[in-house]
Amino acid sequence: MILAVCIKRVPDTNARPQVAPDGKSINPQGIEWVINPYDEFAIEEALRLKEKAGTGEVVGVSVDPDGNESILRKALAMGVDRGILVKGGSMFDGAVTAELLAGVLKNVKADLILFGKQAVDSDSYQVPSLVAHHLGLPRANVVTKLEIQGTKAVCRRQIEGNEELLELSTPCIVSCQKGLNEPRYPSLKGIMAAKKKPLEVLEAPPIEARIEILKMEPPPPRPPGRIVGKGREAVPELVRLLREEAKVI
Amino acid sequence: MNTELQAVDPFELTETQKMIRDTVRDFARETLAPRAQELDRKGDFPMQNFRDMAAMGLTGIPVPEAYGGAGADTLSFILAMEEIAKACGSTALTLAAHTSLGTMPIVQFGSEEQKRKYVPPNASGEVIGSYGLTEPQAGSDSGATRTAATRVSGGWRVQGTKMFMTNASVAGLFVITAVTNKDAPKHERISAFILERSFPGISIAKKEDKLGCRASDTCIVNFDDVFVPESNLLGQEGHGFSYFMQILDGGRIGIGAMALGLAEGGFERCVEYSKTRSAFGRPIGAHQAIAFKIADMAVQIQAARHLLYHAARLKDAGRPYKREASMAKLYASEMAMRVLREAIQVLGGYGYMTEYHIERMYRDAKLCEIGEGTSEIQRIVISRDLLGKL
Ligand SMILES: Cc1cc2nc3c(=O)[nH]c(=O)nc-3n(C[C@H](O)[C@H](O)[C@H](O)COP(=O)(O)OP(=O)(O)OC[C@H]3O[C@@H](n4cnc5c(N)ncnc54)[C@H](O)[C@@H]3O)c2cc1C
Repeated sequence: MILAVCIKRVPDTNARPQVAPDGKSINPQGIEWVINPYDEFAIEEALRLKEKAGTGEVVGVSVDPDGNESILRKALAMGVDRGILVKGGSMFDGAVTAELLAGVLKNVKADLILFGKQAVDSDSYQVPSLVAHHLGLPRANVVTKLEIQGTKAVCRRQIEGNEELLELSTPCIVSCQKGLNEPRYPSLKGIMAAKKKPLEVLEAPPIEARIEILKMEPPPPRPPGRIVGKGREAVPELVRLLREEAKVI
Repeated sequence: MNTELQAVDPFELTETQKMIRDTVRDFARETLAPRAQELDRKGDFPMQNFRDMAAMGLTGIPVPEAYGGAGADTLSFILAMEEIAKACGSTALTLAAHTSLGTMPIVQFGSEEQKRKYVPPNASGEVIGSYGLTEPQAGSDSGATRTAATRVSGGWRVQGTKMFMTNASVAGLFVITAVTNKDAPKHERISAFILERSFPGISIAKKEDKLGCRASDTCIVNFDDVFVPESNLLGQEGHGFSYFMQILDGGRIGIGAMALGLAEGGFERCVEYSKTRSAFGRPIGAHQAIAFKIADMAVQIQAARHLLYHAARLKDAGRPYKREASMAKLYASEMAMRVLREAIQVLGGYGYMTEYHIERMYRDAKLCEIGEGTSEIQRIVISRDLLGKL
């Protein structure tokens, strides 16, 4: 079984990114980059499926405008067998990313392609579905339980107060949600082995950008809180403000 | 502002070293830190922490791959120790004793057969290592060892008592020193032995209660006529003292890293606190008396880090590092006491309370001025190296 995992480099979720002087990008100064947290569920799931099968290969694929290898190396340290880095694309143009990924995945011929359900920087939720479209594969999004039964992938996902059960025929695409598993830490042996594992770097073919970023702004500072009074007497005023000013009730 | 001093500094760590540091940092923050307070209060051995570290391969960081370890360098071990100590001093001490003292003597001085038999279970964490040099009458003066090994058919019989053996009550393997020839010149009197816990005659006489590192296991151990087969003499007869002096050089860098991590743990909390706590209408960090404390702490932490990483790199390069290891250990452990004392001061009454962690770190750090050679002994080592024996 060949399992492909698509992973994205994103700013550390604890970091507070600043807008760069050009007003259109994130200032890379002082930013720690991490594997997109949802992609960690995808990596973990692929590793578990391989371990359970006792055989197979896990291939990590990443599109990165700077050609930065660091997160693929971490994936290799976690246990991914080899990496493919596509140098090019942009951090925010999901359509381009999907096209580049599809170009690579075509040749990987994976039985299962795993994604995180979203990238926490661009939050656009579109890449898994676009890749599925390009490759003509079935896909299940936001999956919290996955089981492979022969040539079927049985997926569960949470929907409005209920659970949906999907059966996809492989090859297929699954995007992973928190709750699917508990991602492992890389082991020391894994880290030591990572630098010896193959990591192929490909130059991205030129693809026309579909999105142009015009401007980036930090979110407006939150207005300070206000205390409207104390005890029972304050309730009517509080209700009025919640209704008329905040418009939440 | 970047309070993580490492992130901005030109230590030129390799990608592998950085990945080890970052991975252990995440693990220590997420897994070890939340358990530290209760472990300290109860004083139970951190078995779950040890198992979790074993699962990640942290129990054999500098052990060569051929013997089941990760095969990483000394600096990687130091980086891991530092991150673990930031979260939990007891766990750091447990790992330092297991690795530097309970395992590395066999890696460095054992026969091929001994290495194959005893190192892999220690490296995987299946067996915990412990080390016995200190005795009731032989502390700083470890050459005054009285534990004796008498030659008998097929091996030795060991009789004596060892003090303060870290990990002893949970250990499966002991590395100890004993006098094998009391008439030989001082430094040739002693040999080193590898003892399995199951050898008849080994008993834990007392589990100590102590100021800090309370979850680390410290025991007095009796060796009562313990038969040790010939194959368990470590290295050559009469070389035990010299082996242990070499082992302590390496171990001292580890204890220094523990001190560094503890100081940083306190410092990080202190920086955060001085930005959020207000007094007299301003964050306390805006009062210069507090701001200057922060500056002084940062400088000292950074100086200790330079000394430690340098000593570790000398060792990795196969160059002499005895003096540098001693300097790093001495400076880092005394620095940690100063920094943590000031960190408590920055938090005021809250710093004195267990809830805020720093008082624990302060108690834990005191061990670093004592274990693997007291500060006085480090000054002897350094000055002798500089002056020769006058
Ligand atoms: C928590 C803990 C864990 C430990 N774990 C281990 C372990 O796993 N294995 C092990 O073998 N040991 C262990 N030790 C023992 C430790 O290494 C010794 O306590 C230490 O070496 C000091 O020996 P001592 O306690 O006998 O003090 P002493 O040697 O009696 O020293 C008392 C005081 O005199 C000073 N002093 C001694 N000689 C001189 C001198 N020549 N000049 C100036 N001052 C001097 C010392 O610095 C100290 O201040 C541990 C100790 C502690 C506290």
